[in-house]
Amino acid sequence: MTQLPESEQRVKFYQTGTFTVGNRLLDEAQRSVQASVERANSLDSGHRACQGCGEALGARYVVDAALRAADDQLIAANATGCLEVFTTPYPESAWRLPWIHSLFGNAPAVGAGIAAALRARGREDVRVIAQGGDGGTTDIGMGCLSGVFERDDDVLYVCYNNQAYMNTGVQRSSQTPPAARTATTTIAGSAPGNGLNSGKSVPLIAMAHGIPYVATASVDDLHDLESKVVKAMGFRGARYLEVFVPCPLGWGSRPADTIKVARLATQSGMFPLIEAEYGELTAVTPIRDRRPVEDYLKLQRRFAHVFAPENVHQLEALREIAERNIRRFNLLPDEEASS
Amino acid sequence: MLQQIEGSAAVAQAVATCRPEVIAAYPITPQTHIVEGLGDMVKRGLVGNCEFLNVESEFGAMSVCIGSSATGARTYTATSSQGMLFMMEAVYNASGMGLPIVMTVGNRAIGPPINIWNDWSDSMAARDAAWIQLFVEDNQQAADVHVQAFRLAEAVSLPVMVCMDGFILTHAYTRVDVPEQGQVDRFLPAFEPRQLLDPAAPITMGAMVGPEAFAEVRFLAHYKQLEALDLIPRHAAEFETIFGRDSGGLLKSFDAADKDTVVVSMGSVIGTLKSVLADMRQDGSSIGLLSIRSYRPFPKQQLSDALAKAKRVIVFEKCLAVGMGGILAADVRMALANLSIPIYSVIGGLGGRPITQENLRRMLDKGVQDQLEEPHFHDLNVEVVHRELERLRDIQRPGSSAESILRDIAGADAAARGSR
Ligand SMILES: Cc1ncc(C[n+]2csc(CCOP(=O)(O)OP(=O)(O)O)c2C)c(N)n1
Ligand code: SF4
Ligand SMILES: [Mg+2]
Repeated sequence: MTQLPESEQRVKFYQTGTFTVGNRLLDEAQRSVQASVERANSLDSGHRACQGCGEALGARYVVDAALRAADDQLIAANATGCLEVFTTPYPESAWRLPWIHSLFGNAPAVGAGIAAALRARGREDVRVIAQGGDGGTTDIGMGCLSGVFERDDDVLYVCYNNQAYMNTGVQRSSQTPPAARTATTTIAGSAPGNGLNSGKSVPLIAMAHGIPYVATASVDDLHDLESKVVKAMGFRGARYLEVFVPCPLGWGSRPADTIKVARLATQSGMFPLIEAEYGELTAVTPIRDRRPVEDYLKLQRRFAHVFAPENVHQLEALREIAERNIRRFNLLPDEEASS
Repeated sequence: MLQQIEGSAAVAQAVATCRPEVIAAYPITPQTHIVEGLGDMVKRGLVGNCEFLNVESEFGAMSVCIGSSATGARTYTATSSQGMLFMMEAVYNASGMGLPIVMTVGNRAIGPPINIWNDWSDSMAARDAAWIQLFVEDNQQAADVHVQAFRLAEAVSLPVMVCMDGFILTHAYTRVDVPEQGQVDRFLPAFEPRQLLDPAAPITMGAMVGPEAFAEVRFLAHYKQLEALDLIPRHAAEFETIFGRDSGGLLKSFDAADKDTVVVSMGSVIGTLKSVLADMRQDGSSIGLLSIRSYRPFPKQQLSDALAKAKRVIVFEKCLAVGMGGILAADVRMALANLSIPIYSVIGGLGGRPITQENLRRMLDKGVQDQLEEPHFHDLNVEVVHRELERLRDIQRPGSSAESILRDIAGADAAARGSR
C-alpha cells in the first residue's frame, strides 16, 4: 500500500476539543483562503440551502479552488438536485461563473460537450467542471459518466455524496448506506431501513476506467478538499472527485454537527479518503484518531434503529464496512505494523 | 457537384460543408451511414476544426450537443427510432434552452415488435418537443435542407430535425448535386449565438422557472416557430438564387390547384404519389398532390389557401396515433376547419410495408369515389387480423400478438406453397 508522499503535509493536531484543523497548523500551500479578498465566492451567499448543508459548503470550496486553478477560466455543468435547486431560484443565481443546468442524468455528457466545443474553438485554456449529487452521478448519470471516463474527456466531475436523493425528499440511492432510513427504506418490518448488501463504490469504478485522477474528499477537511481539486485541475482528461457532504435534513443530524459528522465518518473508517492516478491507488489518508462507528451513527437519526437490541446485526454490518475499508485501504498503517 | 451517391453520404457531405464544430455519433439503423461518413471526413481533416465524439448512448449524444451548442459551437447529430426515444428527455431540453442543434432523423418505426424499417413514428414521438421538423422528398432535398436547417435553427434559436425516410432515402443511390462549399458559405453565415457559456461574461443557463413565467417561456417557443413560418420560404427562395434549386419551403403543390381531389402527404412517398396521380389524371381524374415540407411549424394558413378549391382531401401518412387515427390528418383537419369538405385519413407504410403504385392506385380509386372508411388502413391484411382476433376471443389473458401473427403468416405462406 502506497503511503502519503513525503512532500505532503502530515496534519499533526486538531484544535483542542474540536474536530477542526486550524489553518495555522498547515503549510502555506494547504491553507484555505476563506478570508482572502481574492476568494472568488463563485457560489455566492443568499442561496437557499438548509442550515449546515454539507453540499453547499463542499461545492463552494470545490468550485472556488477549481476557479483559482483555472485562472478564472472555468465553465460548470450541473445535474438536477439540491445544489442546482438551491442555487438558481429564477431569476436569481448564486453562481458567479458560467454555469449550465440541463438534466438530472446528463451533467457528465454536457460537460463533455462543453469541452468539445472549447477544443473546436481553440479555447483549451477554458476548463470544465461537471457536478451533481450522488443520485445524479452514481445512479441515473452512470452511463454518461462512464462515457466521459472511457473517452477521457477533459472534464473534472465532482460528485457531492450525501447518500440519498435529497432534493426529492430523501429517497434511497445507490450510495445510501446499509440500514439507513430514507423515505423509501423506512423503519418498518423485520429489516428496517436500507438493505444490507447493496450499493457500489464509484471511485473504484472510476479507477477501473484508468482515468488520470480519482480522489475522495470530505467537508471535514477543506484544505485537503481544495488541494485535491487543485491537483485534479493539474491533469488533462477525465477526473473524478467524490466529496462526502452530510445533509442535516436527510440524515437527521444537527446543522451545527455537519463537520463533526463528516469527521467521524472518516475517523471511523466509514468514508475512506483515497487518491488514485491512472487506475493505481497513490495515496490514502490514514485515520488519525480512530473513533467507534457508533459515535458516527449516534449523531444521525437515520441510524437510530440500529441501536435497538433486535437490530444488532445491522450495527455489526455497519462496523464491518468500516473494518473492510480500513483493511482494504490500510487506513491504520501503524496498527498493521504493530500487529 | 453532381454525384451518383448514397443518400446518407450526400447528407454527410452537405453537413460537412456547413462547418459543424461538434458532432456526436451513436449508431442506429438507418441513420448510421451519415455519422460514419462524417466521422471519416473529420478524421481526414476535411471538416475544419470539428470534434467528433463517439458517445455511449443517444441520451449522451443529445446531452453532448446541448453542452457544445451552449458553448457556441455549431452542433450536429443524427438518430432514428429507439434512439429518438432514448434521447427524448434531452430532445426537449435542447429546444427548451433554445439551442440551434441540427439533427437528422432517419425515420424508422418504433417497436416492439422491433422493426428497423421506415415509418414516421420516431419523429412524431417528438412532435411536441418544440423542434422544427422539416421533411424531405428525395436525397437532393435531403442534402439541401440540411444547409437550410442550420441557417433556420440559428435564426430562430430553435433546434431543427431534418426528417428523411429510412432506407428509402438514407440507403438509396441517386444523383445528387451535393452543395458546394463556396455556395454554402454564401448562404450560411457563421454561428454567432446571442448568449453562450463564456468566462468573460458568466451567465446561468437552465435555471428553474416557476408558474409565474413558464407559460410565457412556452408561448415564446411557439412564437418562434411562427416566425419560422416566414423565414422558411424566404430561406428557400434565397437558397434557390444561390444554388439554382427549389428545395425546402413550407409546402409544395404538384398540380393541386383547382383539383377536386387533393392528396396531402410528406416525405419520399411524394415521388410515388406523383406518378400515380399523373396516371390518374391521364385517366380523367381531377386529382392533385400537396407535399408538406415543414411539419413543425405546420403551415396552417398556407395549406388552407392551397386547398381552398378542393372538394375532397386524402391525407396519406406513415404514422398512427393509436386509439385516434391519423396524426397528419388531424393537423390537416385543423388547418381546413373552415372548409366543409370530406378529409380522409389513410395510414400506410407502417414498419416499412411497401407502398406501391398499384396499391396506392387501388386506394385512391376508392378515395375519389368517397369510399374510404375512417381511418383507412392502407394495405392491411384483414384476414390475418380477423384470425388473430378470433384466437384471442377465447383467451382472456393479456399478451403480445406479434409472434402469433408471424406464425399465422408463415403458415399461410407454407399452405400457399403447398397448394401450388
Ligand atoms: C429523469 C429525472 N428523474 C427524476 C427526477 C427527480 N429528481 C430531481 S433531483 C432528484 C434527486 C437528486 O438526488 P441527488 O442527485 O443525490 O442530489 P441531492 O439532491 O441529494 O444533492 C430527483 C430524483 C428528475 N428531475 N429527472
Ligand atoms: S436537503 Fe440536504 S443537501 Fe439539500 S439543501 Fe438541505 S441540507 Fe443541503
Ligand atoms: Mg444526494
